[in-house]
Amino acid sequence: MSRVWKLHANVNTDEIIPGRYNVTTDRSQLGRYCLCEVRPDFPENVKPGDIIVAESNFGCGSSREHAPVALQAAGIKAVIAPTFARIFYRNAINVGLPLLICPEAVEAAGDGDDAEVDIESGSIRVRQQTYQAAPVPPFVQRIAEAGGILEFIRRYGWEGI
Amino acid sequence: MGTLIEEIFSRKLDRRVHAGEIVVAPVDYAMSHDNTTPLAIESFEKLNRPLWDPDRVIVVFDHMVPAPTPQAAELHQRIRAFIAANGITKVFTEGICHQVMVEKGLVRPGDIVVGADSHSCTYGALGAFGTGMGSTDVAVVFATGKTWFRVPETIRVNISGSLRPGVFAKDTVLRLAAVLGVDGATYQSLEFGGPAVEAMGLSDRMTLSNMAVEMGAKAGLIEPSQGILAYVEDRSGGPASTVRATPDARYVRTVDLDISSLEPQVACPSEVSNVVDVGSVEGEHIDQVFIGTCTNGRFEDLQQAASILSGRRVSPRTRLVVTPASSEVYLAALKSGAIAALVQAGAQITTPGCGPCIGRHQGVLGAGERGLTTQNRNFRGRMGHPDSQLFLASPATAAATAVEGVITDPRRFLS
Repeated sequence: MSRVWKLHANVNTDEIIPGRYNVTTDRSQLGRYCLCEVRPDFPENVKPGDIIVAESNFGCGSSREHAPVALQAAGIKAVIAPTFARIFYRNAINVGLPLLICPEAVEAAGDGDDAEVDIESGSIRVRQQTYQAAPVPPFVQRIAEAGGILEFIRRYGWEGI
Repeated sequence: MGTLIEEIFSRKLDRRVHAGEIVVAPVDYAMSHDNTTPLAIESFEKLNRPLWDPDRVIVVFDHMVPAPTPQAAELHQRIRAFIAANGITKVFTEGICHQVMVEKGLVRPGDIVVGADSHSCTYGALGAFGTGMGSTDVAVVFATGKTWFRVPETIRVNISGSLRPGVFAKDTVLRLAAVLGVDGATYQSLEFGGPAVEAMGLSDRMTLSNMAVEMGAKAGLIEPSQGILAYVEDRSGGPASTVRATPDARYVRTVDLDISSLEPQVACPSEVSNVVDVGSVEGEHIDQVFIGTCTNGRFEDLQQAASILSGRRVSPRTRLVVTPASSEVYLAALKSGAIAALVQAGAQITTPGCGPCIGRHQGVLGAGERGLTTQNRNFRGRMGHPDSQLFLASPATAAATAVEGVITDPRRFLS
C-alpha cells in the first residue's frame, strides 16, 4: 500500500526542491527539503513507497534534475498526473523515477488515501476502483527499462534507438 | 516544407523531418552552469567515456557568483577540477549563461544548442534550436555529442501592430502567457513572427524567446533578420545563413496578437499567466524592485530604467537591486552613464549573473515581502522566503515602481 500525497496543478520544481536547498548533490539533503514549503508535513511524514498524485503540468519550471532526485530520495515510488512538464519528464526517466499519466486516477484519489500501484503494468487501484495509466511510448519505455539514459547508452549506444 | 524547427532538423539530419518523429541529432554546443554542472559531472563519470569535444562544451559560472557560501565555493571547486581534467576551453564567469552564449557568438541560426537550464530556449531569438534539459541528458551530450528529441509540433504566434510608448517586448510576452497559459505549449515549439517581431532587435527577441518555457514550450524560435545575421557573423567570426519556415508549413495552432493597444502588463503572484493591465494593480506596495536576469538585464533594459530614474530617487518605501546580465552589458551601461544614473538614484548594483532571481543571494525577500522583478518566473518563494510574493513586469514598469514604492504605470514618466 502506498499513501497518496495529493498536490495541485502546475507544481513547479522550485516547490519540489526550493532554490535555497539545491546547492548540493547529496541525495539525503535533497530528500529532506523536498516539498518542504508547499507541504511542510511531507518531509517528516513521507514513507518509502508513498506516491504523489498531482493535477496537470507537474514539474514545470527549471531544468533542475535535483527535483526528481529529491522525490526519489524522499522515498516516492511514482508520480501520477494527467500531464508532466517536458524537462521534468525526461529527467525523471533519466534518473529512474516512474511517472504515470492517468487523469482518471488523479480525479479519484484524495490526499491521504491508500493506493496500490503496479509500475510495470501501469495499474492503479484507489478507492476500490482500478485505473489504467496511458501506455508509455516504446522508445521511452526502453530507456526506462534500462534504468535511465546512462545505462541505455552504456548498453546500446545511440544505435540502440 | 516545414516549420522553423522542422527546417532546422531537416538541415541537420539531411533528410525531411516532420513533427512527431523521434530523432537522434548532433548538437553544436552543450552548456551547463554552476548549479547544474555538479550533477552532470556525476552522470558523465558514470558513463566512463572521454569528453566528446572540449571546444563545444561550455561551462558558465552564473548562479552563485561570487560564491555566497562555503558550500557554493566547494561546488565551484569540483566544477573547476572537471574543467581542468577534461581540457574544457569555453569557461565563463562574466554573466548569465544565455547572455554570454549569445555575446560570444556560440549561438548561430540553424544550430542545435542544448543547455542544462530551462531558459536555453532563449537561443531561438537567433534562429537556433535551443532547449533546456536536465544534467544527465546534458552529460550524455558531453560524452557523445548527440541527444534524442521528439520533433515538436509548432504554435505560430503572429504579432502585429506597434507598441505604444512605455510598452515593451516584455509586456507582449506576458500578454501571450495570459493567452496560452502556463502549459499551453507543453511538448510544442513556439514560432514568433509577423511585422512587430520582424522589426525587433536582438534584445527584444531574446525577451520573447526566453519566456517560451513559461508556457511549457520546448523552444521559442524566430526567423533571423539581416541585423541578427550581421550580429552573429560579427560575434562568431564566421558566415551565418538564415533559416526560415516555408509558406506551406503546418502549425497546430496560430495565435494572432495585435499589440497596438496593449497596456503595460504585470504578472501577479504566483503564476506567470496571472497577468493584468498595470492599471488594475497600481498603488500596490512593493518592498523590493529587481532589474536584471536573462529576460531583461540587457543594455537596452538598463537604459530604459535609467531614463526613468535619472534625476530621481528610489522611494524610501522600497529598494532597488540592479544586476547587469553580463560584464559586456555592465561596461556598456557604465559608458553610457546608465549605471551612474541608477546609482545616483539609489540603486544597488550587483555582480553580473543570475542575482536574486533564484533566491540565493544579492537581495532576497523576507517573510511577507513583495517584490516586483523583470525576471521570467514569479513562483512562490522564488526570490527568498516562501511567504514572499513576486510580480513580473518590464524594466520601465520596474523603474517607475522603484520611484514611487508602489506599482506604477511607467507612462507617468514619459517625457
